[in-house]
Amino acid sequence: MVEAYLRQSPLSQLALPSRAAEETGDAGVLMAERPFRRIVNLRGDPKSEAFQNAAKSVLGAELPLTPNSTTSPNTAAASKDASLLWLGPDEWWAISEDETPPLADKLRDALTGQHAAVTDVGEGYSCIAVSGPNAIDTLAKGCTLDFHDSVFAPGSCAQSDMAKAAVVFRRLEDETPSFEIYVRSSFAEYLWRWIEDAAGEYGVAVSA
Amino acid sequence: MLEINCPYCGPRFETEFSYGGEAHIERPKDSENLSDEEWGDYVFMNSNTKGVFLERWVHTSGCRRWFNVARDTVTYEVLAVYETGSKPPKLDLRKDV
Repeated sequence: MVEAYLRQSPLSQLALPSRAAEETGDAGVLMAERPFRRIVNLRGDPKSEAFQNAAKSVLGAELPLTPNSTTSPNTAAASKDASLLWLGPDEWWAISEDETPPLADKLRDALTGQHAAVTDVGEGYSCIAVSGPNAIDTLAKGCTLDFHDSVFAPGSCAQSDMAKAAVVFRRLEDETPSFEIYVRSSFAEYLWRWIEDAAGEYGVAVSA
Repeated sequence: MLEINCPYCGPRFETEFSYGGEAHIERPKDSENLSDEEWGDYVFMNSNTKGVFLERWVHTSGCRRWFNVARDTVTYEVLAVYETGSKPPKLDLRKDV
């Protein structure tokens, strides 16, 4: 992990905090960067009870087994503040804020001796938050997924491509359509500029 | 464009997938005793079926899992999707190809 005082977000050169508007007016799309999320990639056999129990003991919630679904700290009976994303039949992301000891270490301790893998991948990603009444229209321009409520309801997640960059989408459980797009740091500026351009016709504001 | 029903993630567009060629090609068990011709046959000689073809795909932009697809190479219709390691399902084959 990078020393905290050396850390720069992948979009720091865009000076987003200075653009953050207090009044977003009638902007159709709000954008923000959510950098420095702790992301742990967890792999293991969901049929193994020992694996499930060990993961639950650290994460505070059951691993989601339904494809493209999430367990967020706001909705599930979770004591810890980690959100769990289904990525594949034996692969999950646990997303949390910084904590000590790191989530990855706790998971690794709990899973000692099991056929499982814990990888800290957070430093390689940034998160772009896109929300607002026209958020779905904007995302639809760059991705083949159907983001309609009936298909990609709040609490859904999916791995796909956005403007040809590999991303993880997550729809938050908010009333206005709110998405988080996790993208590799080296693609973050490209994707930000692409989305901002695509959302131009709806009016874009940078939110804090 | 094809819409392929990933057995893990659900229906997604073809752009998310990569192609892996013919499915169910068995690697020769005693590969060290094969002649060059036999090895070349295993590595390079795939069938070029007109009609229902069993092939491998990987969901590159999604769950990154490999799986098998039964696809009609004439109509491009995806007839079935099934997991790697399982036998192909019984299909109603078209009679006019």
